[in-house]
Amino acid sequence: MGNNQIDTARDSEAVRVEEGGAALNNGGLPESSDMYNITVRNCDLYYGDFQALKSVSIDIEEREVTALIGPSGCGKSTFIKTLNRMNDLVEGCRITGEILIGGRDIYAKSTDVTLLRKNAGMVFQKPNPFPMSIYDNIAFAPRTFGIKKKIELDVIVESSLKHAGLWLEVKDRLKKNAMGLSGGQQQRLCIARALAADPKILLMDEPTSALDPISTGRIEELINELKTEYTIVIVTHNMQQATRISDKTAFFLLGEIIEYGTTESIFSMPKDKRTENYITGRFG
Amino acid sequence: MKARAHRKEIRKYSVLKVVAQTALGLTLVALCAVTLFVLARGIPHVNTQLLFGDYGMYPSIKPALIGTLYLIVISILIAAPIGIGSAVFLTEYTRSNSRLTRTIRIATETLAGIPSIVYGIFGYLVFVVALGFKYSLIGGGITLAIMILPVVVRSTEESLLAVPRILREGSFALGSSKVRTIFSVVLPCASSGIVTSLILAVGRVMSESAVLILTIGMVVNKIPEGFASPGTSLALDVYYFGSHGYPEQAAATGVVLLVLVVSINILATVLGKALGRGELVDG
Ligand SMILES: Nc1ncnc2c1ncn2[C@@H]1O[C@H](COP(=O)(O)OP(=O)(O)O)[C@@H](O)[C@H]1O
Ligand SMILES: [Mg+2]
Repeated sequence: MGNNQIDTARDSEAVRVEEGGAALNNGGLPESSDMYNITVRNCDLYYGDFQALKSVSIDIEEREVTALIGPSGCGKSTFIKTLNRMNDLVEGCRITGEILIGGRDIYAKSTDVTLLRKNAGMVFQKPNPFPMSIYDNIAFAPRTFGIKKKIELDVIVESSLKHAGLWLEVKDRLKKNAMGLSGGQQQRLCIARALAADPKILLMDEPTSALDPISTGRIEELINELKTEYTIVIVTHNMQQATRISDKTAFFLLGEIIEYGTTESIFSMPKDKRTENYITGRFG
Repeated sequence: MKARAHRKEIRKYSVLKVVAQTALGLTLVALCAVTLFVLARGIPHVNTQLLFGDYGMYPSIKPALIGTLYLIVISILIAAPIGIGSAVFLTEYTRSNSRLTRTIRIATETLAGIPSIVYGIFGYLVFVVALGFKYSLIGGGITLAIMILPVVVRSTEESLLAVPRILREGSFALGSSKVRTIFSVVLPCASSGIVTSLILAVGRVMSESAVLILTIGMVVNKIPEGFASPGTSLALDVYYFGSHGYPEQAAATGVVLLVLVVSINILATVLGKALGRGELVDG
């Protein structure tokens, strides 16, 4: 069992300063765009004394949609946050085991967390646009990574918004405050904002649970389009959604992955009784 | 049974309501009495000689207006960066329940509760005596900065804590560093609260007298020549005129002070709202 102990973000940041140049190696991630599969081996995660993930192992294929389902509190959000190290921000969170993206350990000391997060964009349950203009929202990550020229930013803003299917709705009001958009538009803005960082992976934690059915439908279509280019991991509470959009499904229960396979097989012939109970609505 | 309980509830409610209304009424009467009295006595004596004239045969508050401006500039220039910096450190860089944070929090709360005359003695002993500034606007301004610092820290902290966590997470998730998150998301989002608290601090500086009696010398008849020279302030002029046989001028200066402090408070509210509605600019 390969395990490396990660204590807090503070430690790794200290390390990053020491290692300087070596860490700029694309966040320890591969340069080539065709290796963004995710491999998790024996991952245990603790919040203080509470174990939220128990020996989780999973292989997530690139350019596929992988759905994470399970009753609330079973560790779906916790798991998805380990993939871009957002758990580093949680005090007292400890992880052991291995998480590899494109074969590289993202918890290795040489990993640049900011580049990891740039490469693995995250969309949250509640749309969280910044209270600034639509343009500034989309340009946020490119600016973080040193793109300052207006022409370059204009191109990124336009292509990201087009990618997220929002361009036609907002192209005449790019300078308006993003908070004025509807909930569904805000969520697509957040997707566009993540895409503007030029990620390879998209992590979505119940991205439609705060939205109406029409906005939900638009985002599902969008996910279908995006999966040709991105590795997508999505947490969903909604079984129909999982069957509509995902290629693979993992069923979580009490911090463990009970069953993982193609969405079709999970939903048509679950091997585990607990999976069957969950997807047929008998509990959770 | 249920209906009776309900009626009892209503009765209890109306008693409370009457008590509350009476209390509110008394407060308003007291407030109006003070304001109207000062205005009535003071307004007839507000004139250009008092406001802008040279201090000679007749008194003038020109030195006090300039002195007050000096004090505001000095105290805010010192208290704003230190106060905002401390608040950022406390909310963004320390754990909310760490011993350091708790100690600093208790310290700021205690400092905020210290009577201002005690700050005055401190300023007198340190700046006037020990450091040899003599009576000076800079000594008074620094003392005022120390006095308003806890308030600035506390209210900035509250504004920072009010910034939703999901905005910070959103920024981190895009690969932003902590510094970028603080400067591009957290501080701008908190700006309305911070600006409001700074303007309210200006109001406190304007109306402070105890600190200044002991530190700036209350030289009412000379325009200050710079930060190092002694001076006076509006609140000190009220005291000086009142105790040196110029009751009308004292009331008139009171009117000026009142108008300025009320305007400052209105400005704080208006600007706070405007900034709260407005949008941030990145890049
Ligand atoms: N920051 C945290 N500190 C302590 N416990 C947490 C924290 N976040 C989540 N948990 C706990 O971890 C478990 C998994 O939570 P979560 O990953 O949010 O579940 P899900 O997303 O599947 O609903 C829950 O029992 C939850 O209470
Ligand atoms: Mg969740």
